Amino acid sequence: MSEIKNKYTEIIENGLWKQNSGTVQLLGLCPTLAVTTTAVNGMSLGIATAIVMALSNASVSPVRRFVPDEIRIPVFILIIAALVTVIDLSMNAYLQPLHKVLGIFIPLIVTNCIVLARVEAFAAKNPTTPSALDGFMMGFGLALVLTLLGAIREFVGKGTVLSGIDLVLGPEAKSMVLHVLPDYPGFLLAILPPGAFIGLALLIAGHNWVEQRRAAMQISPPLKPVQSH
Amino acid sequence: MPTHSRACLVMINKVIIKHALITAGILIVFTVVGTAMLSGTFEKTKAPIAASERAEKLHLFSQVLPTTLHDNDLLQDAIKLPPTPALGQRGETMAYRARMQGQPAGVILEVIAPDGYSGDIKLLVGIAADGALTGVRVLAHKETPGLGDYIDLAHGDWIKSFDGLSLAKRADDSWKVKKDGGQFDYMTGATITPRAVIKAVHKALQYFASQREIIFSAAAIKSEPAKGETK
Repeated sequence: MSEIKNKYTEIIENGLWKQNSGTVQLLGLCPTLAVTTTAVNGMSLGIATAIVMALSNASVSPVRRFVPDEIRIPVFILIIAALVTVIDLSMNAYLQPLHKVLGIFIPLIVTNCIVLARVEAFAAKNPTTPSALDGFMMGFGLALVLTLLGAIREFVGKGTVLSGIDLVLGPEAKSMVLHVLPDYPGFLLAILPPGAFIGLALLIAGHNWVEQRRAAMQISPPLKPVQSH
Repeated sequence: MPTHSRACLVMINKVIIKHALITAGILIVFTVVGTAMLSGTFEKTKAPIAASERAEKLHLFSQVLPTTLHDNDLLQDAIKLPPTPALGQRGETMAYRARMQGQPAGVILEVIAPDGYSGDIKLLVGIAADGALTGVRVLAHKETPGLGDYIDLAHGDWIKSFDGLSLAKRADDSWKVKKDGGQFDYMTGATITPRAVIKAVHKALQYFASQREIIFSAAAIKSEPAKGETK
């Protein structure tokens, strides 16, 4: 029982921090860099990705024993692409307002290699429930990075945070937009593509800094045995 | 010995072929299931998606041409225009005609401003039958965020400064930004973008003035093609 619990904790830890797809694995950088002009954009794409990853991991895992090794990549891509298209069409038909906001991001998710990476590295070898959790947590970890990167670029570039939230939550949410620096002249570099690279580099540096400090602190107490999985 | 090894080879070949066939079969099964899933979803969602696209279009139309000005279905009274340089269009475009009790009330034109700061600016221009602008909206643009994007209603009210203008109300040489000696406001640091939009709207008005009769008398196309039209 506790072993299962440990495993789930490890999956969550890997997704959110240790193996974070944005700052550690550096997978799926195409949407990461392109869409994070605002915090809301980053968050929207991140959440959509997390949902797609949970579903694709959950649907690959049950059929993993029927897929021969030689054709696993085409089959996985087929499953992911079909799934994303079904989600895209269903959302367009039944959740129009949400689709209007997330619609352009959903086809982008297929191009995100983190989805295939998790299917290949985790769902193809593990049972359904942990696979779904892994997909969601990896996606959620990415969503955190995207939101943070979006918030930094938006703040430095435009002096606001959460602009465009009304597109997601309706016009009432417009008051949630924080104009942190009134009369801010703007810093265009942060919003243009170079800003994405610089921002991501700073986030990676931050991640590494925290990790190194942790490692330095752990030198004095005896190292915990490394868990294998 | 040779016969024995040949038999062995044949057997290995058989195993390989069998394995390949099974693998191909599995791939086919996945493909068929995936395709069935997609076509099923497509069929099921086709009608609601078409309905919501229609509603979205009509909502957009109502922003450039108030619904109080007409009583017909704009999507049913559309004509196809040949590639028209005056509208900046390099391909065929649609024009939607508004009528009140059968009389021409206005038209909605799809216009492209080709000389924006970065690429085409797609516009929807509503013109009343008397030649006055009822509204202009930017459909798509790639102008610099935070600088040139104030032409978009989401980032500013500038685009509303066209409302009510006509060729009669504003002389041809005033269709410029103030910096160029015209009458349109602009924001410092981004004059190329409004210049392009003003020029495109001006040209659209001139086009309408010269083509008015043809536009309103042309036969409407049967029904709008479901696909292949640029949004």
